[in-house]
Amino acid sequence: MGHLADLLLLLVLLSGFLILGTTRLTTCIRGVALQGGLLGLLPLALQPLPQWSAHTLGLAAGTILVKAIVLPWFLTWAIREAAVRREVEPRVGYIASMALGIVAVAAASAVATRLPVPGEHPILLLATSLSCVIMGLLVLATRAKALIQVVGYLMLENGIYVFGLTSVDRVPFLVEIGVLLDIFVGVFIMGIVVFHINREFDSLDSARLTELKD
Amino acid sequence: MLLAALILVPALGAVGAYGGGRATRHSVWLVAVAAIHLLMVTVAWVTAPAPMLDGWLALDALGLAVLSVVSVLFFVVATYAVGYLRRERARRAFATWLLAFLSAASLVAVSHHLALLWVGMEGTTLALAPLIFERRDRRSLEATWKYLVISSVGIALALLGTFFLATAQGDLRSGGLRPLVLEDLLTGAAQLHPAWLKAAFIFLLVGYGTKLGLAPMHTWKPDTYGEAPALVAALMAGGLTSCAFLGIARATQVTMAAGLAPFARPPLFIFGLLSLAVAAAFVIGQSDVKRLLAYSSVEHVGLLVLGLGLGGVGVYGSVLHLVNNALAKGLLFLAAGNVALAAGSERGGLLRTIPASGFLLLIGLFAVTGSPPFGMFLSELTILRAAWGNGHPWIAAVILVLLALIFIGIAVTILELLYGPDRSGARRERESWWLITGPAALALAAVVLGVSIPGPLQDLLARASAALGGAVP
Repeated sequence: MGHLADLLLLLVLLSGFLILGTTRLTTCIRGVALQGGLLGLLPLALQPLPQWSAHTLGLAAGTILVKAIVLPWFLTWAIREAAVRREVEPRVGYIASMALGIVAVAAASAVATRLPVPGEHPILLLATSLSCVIMGLLVLATRAKALIQVVGYLMLENGIYVFGLTSVDRVPFLVEIGVLLDIFVGVFIMGIVVFHINREFDSLDSARLTELKD
Repeated sequence: MLLAALILVPALGAVGAYGGGRATRHSVWLVAVAAIHLLMVTVAWVTAPAPMLDGWLALDALGLAVLSVVSVLFFVVATYAVGYLRRERARRAFATWLLAFLSAASLVAVSHHLALLWVGMEGTTLALAPLIFERRDRRSLEATWKYLVISSVGIALALLGTFFLATAQGDLRSGGLRPLVLEDLLTGAAQLHPAWLKAAFIFLLVGYGTKLGLAPMHTWKPDTYGEAPALVAALMAGGLTSCAFLGIARATQVTMAAGLAPFARPPLFIFGLLSLAVAAAFVIGQSDVKRLLAYSSVEHVGLLVLGLGLGGVGVYGSVLHLVNNALAKGLLFLAAGNVALAAGSERGGLLRTIPASGFLLLIGLFAVTGSPPFGMFLSELTILRAAWGNGHPWIAAVILVLLALIFIGIAVTILELLYGPDRSGARRERESWWLITGPAALALAAVVLGVSIPGPLQDLLARASAALGGAVP
């Protein structure tokens, strides 16, 4: 694995921090689109050029198409139709979110060095993966807007995707396409529900969804 | 071939059923595809179909049990939908999403590749989401959102668990084992890396446990079951739970084979007992029938994982409980659906206004609380026996107390609906045969299983239990 892959992983982490620290919905979506694009390049960077297989190329192309282009475009469409561009109104402030993000990276790195990763796969890959998973859960738990929760879910999936790359030769292409398709449909349905939430409640705030309880 | 057809026929049916918006079109597609699917499952019982795709698709006893449960329940729901669609207007993709669920659930049942199983599991989640939103009002919107977010996070954790399991297999190039294929995981269980395997088990248990609706990840369940149309709730409580249980059972199977039973048991106990306790706390005083049934479902999935954790005859009890749960939950949700369709029905006097549905609700009450002569009595007794016999008398005692509390909670609400003061003033309604026959058939099956389990089914359950390391009583 070359320096390029190291750089990409670092940028993946930074885009996570971008989402944690931003006040604008559009920046959140751009952040997760950037992360998706970086993840699409990652399988190419992990292998030297002559070893690129149809599998690697297909995975890279599919990831970039879904995670960097189609889904961000769809989410942007949803906020434009819903005409919301207000701030994100987090339950936990931006500075605190960033601080928790740093704790997440530290914890993930500590775990990554302890767990035995088989083969020649680097610890940085594992640390980035776990950091993204924790950051995604953080966004899901602390942001009130339904649309940002979708972004958090995408971050969580991105973290899992990075982990999947440690065993890319073991997970067959068919399964990867199935996973990608499931995520695509899932986010699509979520986007439609977000759209309806906005129409019904005049707000994308999932904290207002409180009619159902015991 | 047969295994692929089980997945592809409903998938093609889903495409064919789209559009129109005319009720008969939905009904014809649903019943026809459900009948073909049931026929194929019958063939699978007789012929034992060969594995496909390098062993990715295969049918073992446990898979066949889940597949049969889903197929029978879906057929009943399809016939019920005929009557339902005469009363209620459905959206144009109604039958499409139902058939897509059948396709995804079949994929879960026949997958022996654990990542492919995950793809099917996520498919079942997504196929049912638009059906919860069928009424397009605020409450159903809220329920759909909770269901989507909580289930999606759960299933994402299960995917991470699946990748952990692949990592636990280590370097495979020397051993000739296939990654994530169940048979090879079991053969090479002794070589699995323990730390990764433990992490995989926990993530799979929490992930698929969220879909199963174990406490404390059950919070989406009462909202979803309460807001979804009754026939969708019936499919979720009987079919979706069976699929999710299969995911947990596969994880347990591998973990036990690796000799980590002492590690796997405590989490299963904790989730199981917590689910029973939460169910007991929330059924008391719950007046909405469908929410009540949702908490009853939390109870039954708790019993499923308890039986799995107890081992021995408990595993047999668990697999038997899977079948009984589908029958009783299908019966009750469909009967509750008839109550919802009848005008002014929330105010008691059901035995006068809709006597047949009211009677089915009464039978369902006893079936779902595990009273004799219904099948659930046997499966709950078997799980209790396992707890007592395997040296966990305190677990047996806790289960007994909680089951008694839950019985009281469910009985009070349903008996109030049936025998409570008749304030509705509604006249007696004509009840459609389509809405009665399906649940009545499920009630009959629940009694048959309580009196004597047919030989072939007994044999299947015994083999499924043996594969999970259990014994036969």
